[in-house]
Amino acid sequence: MKVLGLITAFCFGGLLFYISFDFPDWGDSASPASQHVSSYYIEHTMQDTSVPNIVTAVLADYRSYDTLFETAVIFSAGLACFFLLRVGERQAPAARFYRHLSTGITFRIEKGGRLPESTGEFERIDSVWVPYDVIIRMTCRLVVPFIQLFALYVIAHGHHSPGGGFQGGVIFGAAIILFAISNNLRQALRRMSEKITTLLSSLGVMIYAGTGMLCIVMGAGFLDYRALSSFLGVDPVTARSHGILIVEIGVAIAVTAVMVWVYYILSSAGRQDEGL
Amino acid sequence: MDGIVSLIIAKYNFWAVIVLLLIGFYAMIAKRNIVKKIIGMNIFQTAIILFYVSIGSKKGATIPIITHGHDGVNHTVQAADYINPLPHVLMLTAIVVSVATLGVALALSMKIYARYGTLEEDEIQGKLMESEPG
Repeated sequence: MKVLGLITAFCFGGLLFYISFDFPDWGDSASPASQHVSSYYIEHTMQDTSVPNIVTAVLADYRSYDTLFETAVIFSAGLACFFLLRVGERQAPAARFYRHLSTGITFRIEKGGRLPESTGEFERIDSVWVPYDVIIRMTCRLVVPFIQLFALYVIAHGHHSPGGGFQGGVIFGAAIILFAISNNLRQALRRMSEKITTLLSSLGVMIYAGTGMLCIVMGAGFLDYRALSSFLGVDPVTARSHGILIVEIGVAIAVTAVMVWVYYILSSAGRQDEGL
Repeated sequence: MDGIVSLIIAKYNFWAVIVLLLIGFYAMIAKRNIVKKIIGMNIFQTAIILFYVSIGSKKGATIPIITHGHDGVNHTVQAADYINPLPHVLMLTAIVVSVATLGVALALSMKIYARYGTLEEDEIQGKLMESEPG
């Protein structure tokens, strides 16, 4: 199998190497890919949508159908992980572990024992022993808000600088995952429960599709943001810019929620009680 | 000699992409471990992304964000001044979709591990043969 794979790979590679001589040179501005529709986008984006970042304009305006279904793909990836791995509530474990917050002493409570949770001085910890590290927790606690702020900047500033819904959503999701890693899954679930992630991921797709439907209701084509001009109170060109922002926010919500959702499911093998 | 150097400069991005593509391709064919196959798939996807982004580049052009002053004057935009935005758009979504497929692939492999207790393909094959009736 290894030899066969090697032979296949080399034949394939030789073919590609041979073809590469027919490709346009690197950086050739007259290459076919840069000729037809791409120069239209570069020359007309500013007057069509008043968005300087051409990538954002093409992503969420000219090719917004593509992006809508891309968002749907991400949402269905989250759903697929959910249906593959999620299992119902497990039977109560044989023993639970608690840490006394002020002293750091760990308690093991056998099945049927009284739970000290209500006093607020104890914290439930995972049955697989995890060392309590003040430095990691405090560093992440300091860093996470700034990462989230940066993510919001990337989402909101996608019109004028590199950024947008996908990138900002991934950064925001990464901040929440960082929190879940540095503390534990239980803490993260307490702040952002699974119910919220599922709701948000569908809400994000719904914002996107809903904007498209709103355009139909206002009397234009699906995702033709010019129709929103009377609704938003601006001229049609600015309405396209605002429409892009709305769908980017939808994308960001969906991407954030799905990232966190998939992390929750994978790290706890679908049980959503304890994980990394 | 000069011709060869200019040829290498003109095409070496494609060759780098081909090497990455083959690493991923070989890993997907020849490796028996499912996680290694998934890593191979990701290398393959990365090669495709690099290929698209390198196609979009133009010599002497800048990133596809139109420079605009605050003076309100509409400058005429030349297509040759900005690199091709289209591959960037396509790859932007492809990156996120590759993350999504990675998540699904990992979920599937976790399911396989829970069922068969291994991620090695030949061992899974052996267990499948055992469990078959007759």
